[in-house]
Amino acid sequence: MTFFEFLVQYWPRLLSGAGVTVVQFFLAAVLGIALSVTMGLMKLSPNRLVSGAAITYIEFFRGTSLLVQLYWIFFVLPLFGLTIDKFTAGYIAVGMNIGAYGAELVRGGILSVPRGQWEAALALNMTPAKRMWRIILPQALVNMLPPWGNLMIELLKGTALVSLISVADLMFEARQINSSTFLSAQVFGAALIIYYIMARFMLTPSMRWLERFMARKMGRA
Amino acid sequence: MEWRWDFTWDILPRLIEATGNTLLAAGGGYAIAVVLGLVLALAQRTPYRVLTWVVREIVEFIRSTPLLLQIFFVFYVGPQFGIRLSPWASGMIAIGLHYACYLSEVYRGGIESVAKGQWEAATALNMTTMQTYRRIVIPQAIPPAVSGLGNYLVGIFKDTPMLSVIGVTELIHTANTIGSENFRFLEPYTMVGLIFLAISLPTAGLIRAFERYVRRKMGLQ
Repeated sequence: MTFFEFLVQYWPRLLSGAGVTVVQFFLAAVLGIALSVTMGLMKLSPNRLVSGAAITYIEFFRGTSLLVQLYWIFFVLPLFGLTIDKFTAGYIAVGMNIGAYGAELVRGGILSVPRGQWEAALALNMTPAKRMWRIILPQALVNMLPPWGNLMIELLKGTALVSLISVADLMFEARQINSSTFLSAQVFGAALIIYYIMARFMLTPSMRWLERFMARKMGRA
Repeated sequence: MEWRWDFTWDILPRLIEATGNTLLAAGGGYAIAVVLGLVLALAQRTPYRVLTWVVREIVEFIRSTPLLLQIFFVFYVGPQFGIRLSPWASGMIAIGLHYACYLSEVYRGGIESVAKGQWEAATALNMTTMQTYRRIVIPQAIPPAVSGLGNYLVGIFKDTPMLSVIGVTELIHTANTIGSENFRFLEPYTMVGLIFLAISLPTAGLIRAFERYVRRKMGLQ
């Protein structure tokens, strides 16, 4: 069977898998970004207890594998009475994993804002929350966007692991088709190309656009 | 569900044996990646436009697609064309190639950080390109690359659980087996998580210390 014939026959399943991958990606991204900002800010807190909690979270999730975390959330948490369906367990694990890496980026971004900006906000009598929200975070965001682009690609690649707890994403569909047809080169090749298109022609340009948009907003372009 | 210590002690020897396999897989993959990564980095610096472009695109492709999918690709596509690879061999190829692409970027950054004057001085001394790379450029390119090289060593270690899907008997594979034999997943998965933490956190610390040592040795600080 040629590659073209293969695509004609199997594109609906690959497409539905890709759709699940996209949904998993967005849910994990929302969770990951929320955790990154929260934990990044917490790590900068002068309160030892607060920063300690953030450090524990970051070191724990960066020190173990995503696959181990995924299995733990899906297979071990139910033993404590916390049953999560596979779809939710998938994006929670991926999101929590990415959140730990993102928290370090947020922290680095905030620390890269010049000291004078903090002092100026203080001189204008801004409350700490207002200072963070209106002065520090926007500038930190511009500084940290380029590494976030890479992290988003890592996130997209990370979603492939949810197939191992039977979430019907692109990776899962590819494996299913492979085990029923043995057309390994065609099916895995097609899946590789779809992931590549998502990363290179959809995700990367969006992040570039966001970088330019933010730079313009900040009057730096 | 309660934690059972007696069960934990029973399974510990098997987990320790599997840890050996995990470390072997990480070491083997890394050995391939360190060498191949340098080749990929140097190939992108040749004057042959086509070669440079092809290598660049291959690196981008491999970096933007999931390792899990690449592992399946290497393992299943070979037999379709009459090449049978063992799980270990295909796992090492997939993980080694994937990380070679990451490391090639690290090397590239290191090589680009070497001052242009060094190249000119080597030319003035009538050195060949090979000699310049071997004796002048690469020794200076390594110190700034040490932190990246080290981070990916920890990264490859954390990605080895993916090899369990094609039957490499590393930690997660062993934990799966133990869990399904005894219908207890709490202890094996938790122990695997702890083993990962116990190895990756000290390793990350050692890498930071080594980085400082190299910089001091090279008189950079």
